[in-house]
Amino acid sequence: MENRQLKIIANEVRKDIIDGTHAAKCGHPGGSLSSADILTYLYFEEMHVDPKNPVDPDRDRFVLSKGHAAPALYGAMAERGFFPKEELLTLRKVGTRLQGHPSMRHLPGVDMSTGSLGQGVSAACGMALAGKLLKKNYRAYSILGDGELEEGQVWEAAMFASAKKLDNLILVIDYNNLQIDGTLAEVNSPEPIDAKFEAFGFEVFCIDGHDFDQIRDAFAKAKEANGRPKAIIAKTVKGKGVSFMENVCGWHGKATNDAEYEVAKADLERLGATL
Amino acid sequence: MSETKRIATREGYGRALLELAEEYPNLVVMDADLAGATRTGVFAKAYPDRFFNAGIAEGNMMTVAAGLAASGMLPFVSSFAMFATGRAYEQIRNSIGYTELNVKICASHGGISVGEDGASHQCLEDVALMRQIPGMVVMVPADEVEAAACVRAAVKYNGPVYIRFGRAAVPVINKPDYTCEIGKATVVREGKDVTIAANGLCFTAAMEAADMLAADGIDAEVINFCTVKPLDEETLLASAKKTGKVVTAEEHSIIGGLGSAVAECLSEKLPTPLYRIGVRDVFGESGPFQELLHKYELDAEGVYKQVKAFVEK
Repeated sequence: MENRQLKIIANEVRKDIIDGTHAAKCGHPGGSLSSADILTYLYFEEMHVDPKNPVDPDRDRFVLSKGHAAPALYGAMAERGFFPKEELLTLRKVGTRLQGHPSMRHLPGVDMSTGSLGQGVSAACGMALAGKLLKKNYRAYSILGDGELEEGQVWEAAMFASAKKLDNLILVIDYNNLQIDGTLAEVNSPEPIDAKFEAFGFEVFCIDGHDFDQIRDAFAKAKEANGRPKAIIAKTVKGKGVSFMENVCGWHGKATNDAEYEVAKADLERLGATL
Repeated sequence: MSETKRIATREGYGRALLELAEEYPNLVVMDADLAGATRTGVFAKAYPDRFFNAGIAEGNMMTVAAGLAASGMLPFVSSFAMFATGRAYEQIRNSIGYTELNVKICASHGGISVGEDGASHQCLEDVALMRQIPGMVVMVPADEVEAAACVRAAVKYNGPVYIRFGRAAVPVINKPDYTCEIGKATVVREGKDVTIAANGLCFTAAMEAADMLAADGIDAEVINFCTVKPLDEETLLASAKKTGKVVTAEEHSIIGGLGSAVAECLSEKLPTPLYRIGVRDVFGESGPFQELLHKYELDAEGVYKQVKAFVEK
């Protein structure tokens, strides 16, 4: 798929994020918008998944370790055809399959329930290990937040992945530099992120997480069966695509009001028109 | 009773894993650097390619197991009860409980009978922690035979199960062909004056206590509540209706374990005078396990004294 097409889909995913969180009157748009391009690439270009057979034992596995970016995951899944787009407006409502954080028991196609930070990456390790044991060629992908790296469990998992030579594990760090209480540095910096993963035995790729050429290149290189797990550190902009949300910490866990919603949608429509 | 063989319940765990390995090729085992103590080591030795040591990182181990189960494996995960259910509680709750994944959490060193290591290693709240997770099956076997039977029952059940084993060698009271069913309590001794609902090493203590009570003219009914959750309410209520007095006995805090489960059921469905034998809201301490069981009145004599006092009150 050409970059232009990926950009168009990613822009639709961003609209989905704004629509869903606005309808829910809550949710996490900032970190969803920052990961929208990577999720689009995963679901449309990278992963072998079939919306009609979401339990195919040979499918690639995906774990959204930063589960609060669920609106982005749901957007990518809906665009890919896992469920009707209309359902996106049920986000966070009673009886919905689109729980506030992804739940595998609610929505087919979600490979692991997440939301409690640090755990998704371990689950992805388990999936990668099972792939090795069952002699399957699938890979396990997981997107982590950069603030999530403050969870000790991430490093327990990193140690495990390296020790067990899980080279079919590809982690993506959504490196937007903002968490709830401020910048990484203001809260409790996990820097240097690349050196940490390297020290834990990972092969590390540092890219611009909004540049599809770089995303494509990193995933291509990350497929090498060299005994090492992979970490793609993707520099991103929190709130990417919505003028008043970009790099603003306050949009971590807050939905737009009606006026803000109109501005956000206009921003994305304008962006879409340039593609 | 002096001729009775004594074997720790954890031995039954290791034995059952070995017995099930061929029949269940997707069965894999994880441990957190305690394989020798939990007895997963016997499986590791026989099936090194199906054993994964997570190192001293229980939280990661639990969630890795969830990922394994989500991908078609049948993981058994082990550590000491304190670290499995305490340290990794939230991982179990969110990655195994909420997901309903087929992970078997088999923890050794439950209870005060851990002995000399002391309170930091004596878990008296594991049953309470696991029991409150929706859908979690909780089992506390009484002897080596029942321990192996629990593992076999857990393998046949699709969903999360917690089984608690002990460190100390305890009397083997069941026959080799013994089987147990999840959610089914067994009336092992019938009586009319008082019901003793017990599990783990306190079940064996309760059986001995029943003999001592009989000598005093108290006819105790003893029920083995190997499964704490789901609680066999039918068996409990039938017995409570007959005897009119219930005592629970467990090597666990009186808060949150079998005693609480029984209290919850009786108070809602058949209010019955109840006494809970267990560790009474204190931490344990170091010491030889028999001495600790005696001090905390969890041995046969302790159970006997407490039941007698309750009945004669």
